[in-house]
Amino acid sequence: MKFVDEFRDAAVITKASDEIRRLADPGRQYRFMEVCGGHTHAIYRFGLKDLLPPNIELVHGPGCPVCVLPMGRIDDGLSMARDPNVIFCAFGDMMRVPGAHGSPLEHKARGMDVRIVYSPSDALNLARKNPEKHVMFFAIGFETTAPSTALVLMRAKEQGIQNFSVFSNHVTIIPAIRAILDSPDMRIDAFIGPGHVSTVIGCRPYEWIARNEGRPIVVTGFEPADILQSIVMLLHQIRAREAKVENQYKRVVAWEGNHAALKAMAEVFELRPYFEWRGMGFISQSALRIRPSYAQWDAEQRFETPGVRVTDPKAAQCGEVLKGVLRPAQCKLFGKECTPERPVGALMVSSEGSCAAYYNYEHRKHSTLTTIGAPA
Amino acid sequence: MNAVLSKIRFRDPQIEMAHGAGGKASRRLVEGLFAPLLFGDSTEPLGDAAHLDVNGTRIAFTADSFVVKPLRFPGGSIGELAVNGTVNDLAVSGARAQALVVTYVLEAGLPSEILEAEVRAMAKAAACASVVIAGGDTKVVEHGKADSMYITTAGIGRPIPGINIAAASVRPGDKVLVSGPIGDHGITILLARGELELEADELCSDTRPVLPLIEAMVRVAAPGIRWMRDPTRGGVATSLNELARDCGLGVMLWEDAVPVRDVVRGACELLGLDPLHIANEGQFIAVIAPEYADAALRALHESPGGRGAVMIGEMREEPSGTLLGTNGYGGVRAIDMLVGDPLPRIC
Repeated sequence: MKFVDEFRDAAVITKASDEIRRLADPGRQYRFMEVCGGHTHAIYRFGLKDLLPPNIELVHGPGCPVCVLPMGRIDDGLSMARDPNVIFCAFGDMMRVPGAHGSPLEHKARGMDVRIVYSPSDALNLARKNPEKHVMFFAIGFETTAPSTALVLMRAKEQGIQNFSVFSNHVTIIPAIRAILDSPDMRIDAFIGPGHVSTVIGCRPYEWIARNEGRPIVVTGFEPADILQSIVMLLHQIRAREAKVENQYKRVVAWEGNHAALKAMAEVFELRPYFEWRGMGFISQSALRIRPSYAQWDAEQRFETPGVRVTDPKAAQCGEVLKGVLRPAQCKLFGKECTPERPVGALMVSSEGSCAAYYNYEHRKHSTLTTIGAPA
Repeated sequence: MNAVLSKIRFRDPQIEMAHGAGGKASRRLVEGLFAPLLFGDSTEPLGDAAHLDVNGTRIAFTADSFVVKPLRFPGGSIGELAVNGTVNDLAVSGARAQALVVTYVLEAGLPSEILEAEVRAMAKAAACASVVIAGGDTKVVEHGKADSMYITTAGIGRPIPGINIAAASVRPGDKVLVSGPIGDHGITILLARGELELEADELCSDTRPVLPLIEAMVRVAAPGIRWMRDPTRGGVATSLNELARDCGLGVMLWEDAVPVRDVVRGACELLGLDPLHIANEGQFIAVIAPEYADAALRALHESPGGRGAVMIGEMREEPSGTLLGTNGYGGVRAIDMLVGDPLPRIC
């Protein structure tokens, strides 16, 4: 299959892996953070850790939008959909994320009208087809998905579709990276930079990471060969004692980003003064809300938003795992109370969450049993 | 071997779609609720059909319900699935289907021509599979209380002489075969619903009776056939995880060898699905003793509809109870059963 097979080619991958071993100084440790959940998933899905020398540690970053969403936001969204006239739509990733009183899927089983959509325009179509209902789209994602939400809101306004609204949970990646670099327990040597986010924002917004923080960052694609090549590029920079922004994912990412997408986002969204991130606390100017000119389609304006704040279960160490301080299996609940099927923390839900990726692809390489029982 | 089968209790507070998806939740429901209350103390691993002794005669017995949406899709329809599904469950348990009974649950308001088309599809599929439909029952529920029609078929079959299908007979070194490309059925249904704005002209469901292929294998490799399964809901990954659990061994899958059509791979890449979790309705997986594996594969290749058969992996001592996948460059991943229900009501 074109655009996939050439990046999974065994010869290319083996060559990159050999190159990494040649470049890595056996006398030191390397800690590289892959910011994106998509990278975390690919690293485990393709068994890439097996191809790296032991002194290169990949630390999983905060770039999984489902994972960083505080539980209260899910409860807020579900409380809007309690009205039997409302159809609740979200991406499939959201469906098993636990709220305080169950996940969207559990609410669906109890009769709530919950639908999985693959794009925000599916949700808008649903509103067109069901004029007697109100369709609420639970929007989530970084700059990757925010433009498509923006376009759909622009279309709803143009076409005067009244029975549609968006509950915006869009977040932005740069403040999260800044929070990680500001965190005293973080020791990251370099970054495997976001791929899909960068298709929208381009590479310029990362320049401060290289210039001010002295950390190399390489914008990276999601196939095995992409990720290994990016590690090669990071090692070259470290050997040369350089820190710059490089673009490995040139086939998709333009240095300046996507102007049309940025324009649509600016038309519809504005920065929130602050937003709570699961495990990381409140981060200023890190999330997007809908501008007053689109208030009619803003679910937070149309519905009562209880503003529920739910603290995560004490024993769950999502925050430490999210910041890369703990590895997934070091959390006390990992694989016991918390599994992909019955997740306690959100990192276990999304396929991009580091705990789910680790559980699905890595953990069981060393365990001896397929667990299908309910948690004790 | 039973060390691997830990006792499971069903404690889920309510039934969700995942309990019908054929993955982990389904297995928990069957092993944790149905088996202890209905099947008594039997410690037999749960297969596709029960093999019973009735006054000294061995018979195989199974049942399956069909709730697929939409009723018709490229390559088949609910009526055809209802025959092939039950005939195939018998076939992979090592039995030739003899007779089926069928029950219909119909929604008031269903156009009669739709029902007639499905009854005709069943008659045709039964003739094709050489099985008699011996009786049945019909119930009608109010409009809105069912989705057009549901069909249940139950079937009896005669065990094929000379083979013994049992997870307990599987040994390290045995080879794993699959009869053809995987994922066609699940992706066909997904696209047929028209909710995704994705199209694939050349893709259709793989629904068919698999018995002729199994018989071809039996003719040359009967003593080496250890275990078979039709990887329907939950896909190949779920079936092989069940095998690993039931036999207490590990399965190593050679991922580059697994046959998947480009159109299915493409749809899976786009939607974030794993073809190993997608349902099939006309394929089977077989575990064959190494000395018989080549002969079995050759027999499949020489049979109509068997040219796509491939060896996709082998049994290992370790890690027990686990399915691993390895790729061309030496990366290894664990592959779990299907969790949740990405594609509801596919059969």
